[in-house]
Amino acid sequence: MSENSLGGKVTGVNGNMVSVAFTDRVTQNEVAYVITGNKERLKSEVIRVRGREADIQVFESTGGVKVGDDVEFTGQMLSVELGPGLLQQVYDGLQNPLPELARQAGYFLKRGLYVYPLDREKAWDYTPVAKVGDTLRAGDTVGTVPEGIFTHRIMLPFAWNGEWKITWAKDAGSYPITTVVAKASNGVEEREITMVQTWPVKIPITSYRERLMPREPLVTQVRIIDTFFPVAKGGAFCTPGPFGAGKTVLQHSLSQHSEVDIVIVAACGERAGEVVEILREFPHLEDPRTGRNLIDRTIIICNTSSMPVAAREASIYTSVTLAEYYRQMGLSVLLLADSTSRWAQALREVSGRLEEIPGEEAFPAYLESLVASFYERAGLVRLNDGGQGSVTICGAVSPAGGNFEEPVTQATLKVVGSFLALSRDRANARRYPAIHPLESWSKYNSLVDKNKVQEAKAMLQAGNEVDQMMKVVGEEGTPTADFVTYLKSEFIDSVYLQQNTFDKVDSTCGAKRQEYVFDKLLSVLRKSFNFPGKNEARTYFQRLRQRFLDWNYAAWESEAFQEAEAKIDEMLASQA
Amino acid sequence: MRKIYHRIIQISGNVITVEAENVANGELAEVKSDRGTSLAQVIRLDKSRVFLQVFAGSRGISTDSEVRFLGRPMRVSGSEALLGRIFTGNGSPRDKGPSLEENMLDIGGPSVNPANRIIPRNMIRTGLPMIDIFNTLVESQKLPIFSVAGEPYNELLARIAMQAEVDMIVLGGMGLKHDDYLYFKETLDSHGALSRTVMFIHTAADPIVECLLVPDLALAVAEYFATEKSKRVLVLLTDMTNFCDALKEIAITMEQIPSNRGYPGDLYSQLAARYEKAVDFETAGSITILAVTTMPGDDVTHPVPDNTGYITEGQFYLVNGRIEPFGSLSRLKQQVNSETRADHRALMDNMIRLYAEFKEAVEKQSMGFRMSDWDQKLLKYGALFEKRMMDLSVNIPLEEALDLGWKTLAECFEPAETGIKTDLVKQFWPKDKA
Ligand SMILES: Nc1ncnc2c1ncn2[C@@H]1O[C@H](COP(=O)(O)OP(=O)(O)O)[C@@H](O)[C@H]1O
Ligand SMILES: [Mg+2]
Repeated sequence: MSENSLGGKVTGVNGNMVSVAFTDRVTQNEVAYVITGNKERLKSEVIRVRGREADIQVFESTGGVKVGDDVEFTGQMLSVELGPGLLQQVYDGLQNPLPELARQAGYFLKRGLYVYPLDREKAWDYTPVAKVGDTLRAGDTVGTVPEGIFTHRIMLPFAWNGEWKITWAKDAGSYPITTVVAKASNGVEEREITMVQTWPVKIPITSYRERLMPREPLVTQVRIIDTFFPVAKGGAFCTPGPFGAGKTVLQHSLSQHSEVDIVIVAACGERAGEVVEILREFPHLEDPRTGRNLIDRTIIICNTSSMPVAAREASIYTSVTLAEYYRQMGLSVLLLADSTSRWAQALREVSGRLEEIPGEEAFPAYLESLVASFYERAGLVRLNDGGQGSVTICGAVSPAGGNFEEPVTQATLKVVGSFLALSRDRANARRYPAIHPLESWSKYNSLVDKNKVQEAKAMLQAGNEVDQMMKVVGEEGTPTADFVTYLKSEFIDSVYLQQNTFDKVDSTCGAKRQEYVFDKLLSVLRKSFNFPGKNEARTYFQRLRQRFLDWNYAAWESEAFQEAEAKIDEMLASQA
Repeated sequence: MRKIYHRIIQISGNVITVEAENVANGELAEVKSDRGTSLAQVIRLDKSRVFLQVFAGSRGISTDSEVRFLGRPMRVSGSEALLGRIFTGNGSPRDKGPSLEENMLDIGGPSVNPANRIIPRNMIRTGLPMIDIFNTLVESQKLPIFSVAGEPYNELLARIAMQAEVDMIVLGGMGLKHDDYLYFKETLDSHGALSRTVMFIHTAADPIVECLLVPDLALAVAEYFATEKSKRVLVLLTDMTNFCDALKEIAITMEQIPSNRGYPGDLYSQLAARYEKAVDFETAGSITILAVTTMPGDDVTHPVPDNTGYITEGQFYLVNGRIEPFGSLSRLKQQVNSETRADHRALMDNMIRLYAEFKEAVEKQSMGFRMSDWDQKLLKYGALFEKRMMDLSVNIPLEEALDLGWKTLAECFEPAETGIKTDLVKQFWPKDKA
């Protein structure tokens, strides 16, 4: 046992929960290590203290642990390292770099093996910003290093209270992250500043001036989102849906095409294979906004379903802390969490082992407040220097049985500003993305004029009513005018709401294109047609749909685009 | 010689509690009673109290039965000698062969480091259009057949296994009916596949807890052959619902708070720990998992199929002897279907979309509404689709099935009615019809 650390002995093992009789003192949420007979050190976190016994959740499998095994307490809360070199990384839920673990341990994960999150050797081109005599507060810039296309700010550690005067500053140069780049004093003590700081993941970083109202749309290039159910930079939204409805495909599309600076992919308790797609493809996919590769703006936190469940719980916090860190540099960050339900289930497993009084579906009674405080970490903020940074959170939700009445969906709905409901029926009918246009909602601003969107929504609603009516009176009992309303609503669906994620062109629809195409769509909706009968109406709309789809598949402002548009106009004109 | 304990202080369900020292979590023990000897596994430690789940069940165990700890977790031999052998749910020989002691490996080992995974790349051809076109199976996929009692799910499982080009098969049976066990054996034999198969068979007559080990045994063997011998291994697990029910039973005995219909809150993690063993190694072999999940009450929202669907890479939904287009899914199809043929994806999506419309037309028809011209077309299409694409007796290569798809569309529709983009129509629409 190392110096200063306090100790204890295992008294019980129940799944990943270990009870420890401790000798001196413990702190809630501090990190502890269980030392097995084979001298493996199993990282753990204190989650309850009763009398002289602490319950700790172990971030590893507990096979082989015995009553009487030693436990070491560290006094440190579960924390992450923050500094240059986070981008492009693939971490597990505890911020271990997975590729490095693979180099050391081979095909399989190895229990008790932990590696520094950030490279200790790599040198960064440091430029000092703060000068000796400057007074700084937590989050103020001490210096900068270039990290890819970003100017990575080295900031006065977020944990330092009050004002600090710079007493010494290192010259510009190329240094590894552990180099002392400045010293500062608060009048009582002098401390050293390096390029890396740590922060406890379960506590939000709040070194900013104020929170602002999220208003600016975050362009996802998904038509149904940006036009109909938009998302704001600094907002929070969720995508609940039963399995197979398209949550992950949608998140992957967002991770590639969203117009933000940084994307953090939190693969939380779902399939490892899905992360691999990102991991293997992003290094080769170009980010058209920067000309660099997508991986250069991405961090992947990967604690998939077969990895330890306690680390899964931590992974959500690790992810959002990294997001907040880059926000502090004045960047817009998008955090994609797939799936928050797996995080909630991890909480449920822990709560069950603690034998707490369960709430609905055995989730802990405090589930709702944990969900709320997670989404509350999204936000647009004004930084100390007057600039702005944002964290936008998108949480996939996987409701049991696809039923939105369950606790996690319900808790989430209360705290998000946009709700994209994925529907089994739409997925079955291959109407992708399967976001339900009548069940979803958003409180954020659209790219497209609100009144125009309202018009289209009203048409969708009216079409749905006709459809319902037709189920009662049949097509023959439906007036042609109503039938045309129905066809128009179907038209919106097939040429605008549906979008082919796997097509090179159709997968992205930028803001300008959306506005342009939407106007064309609107001209179809506003047009009054005179069809002799329903068959003619149906045929007409099928042909028009064909031309519109061809248009969608043509690159923006290309020749094919203009030709396809001309064909649509021609067809509309013929029905004058 | 390890110490023998005689003081069993609690017997509840299939879990016994004994006072003992120096026992490790997950360790194995032998419990000897008048009924014989059974393996048991430590599932919880509380000071000096050790909780053991007894694989043969607790029936006949008395308070003074003998408990001897083995000082090791459950293991299985990793060796070529496994091939052609049949074992029980606890890993002992079910055939007449010797028990194997060579190169013993812990079962239920850690998961593959995601950084070592690669994107799956090889299609597994089955000859079934519902799979090959619409729900393409891919090497390293984990995929269950969702079905109900009475459906030919084991036949479908065996058929895919026999048609798939893999190096070897590991069959894990849980609560398998003896007839089904014999059926698998005969089918494997008649295809000359027995000698490249390893079986772990827990039958309906065996103690229920014993089936808990089957997936871990089967997958540990699969991992051995995939990593050490670079084999493409196909693992068949039938029926995973029995495995889940055994988990439920233990959880209830341990007085865990159930999350949903009596199933433990960690059902998802338990299933994921097994299914996630499916993998393709860049420089070694692969593991593909095909399973059967019977749905209690034919209810896909039941916790077992529901949790399974959230974990696996799709499912084949077997209803009335056919793989249903709705509900069936292969999440890996897009990894391979861009390389098969240019029309594959478009045909796959649009044929299903039209089939969905056909279903609506059928509903209207059943309510007595007049069928419009469009409805008539859909009705014709739906009947052809079911006959040519869904019938399990169809056995044709993918390319032929795609051609048949275009033929079917052309027999029923105008090109614009299909929603397929123009350049594909130009290339593939049958010439005599266009
Ligand atoms: N936008 C889409 N376009 C085409 N296919 C899709 C789309 N979204 C989902 N799918 C299909 O559905 C499958 C399941 O989608 P996925 O996102 O993995 O579902 P979930 O995460 O909700 O369980 C995918 O593998 C794909 O085959
Ligand atoms: Mg998913």
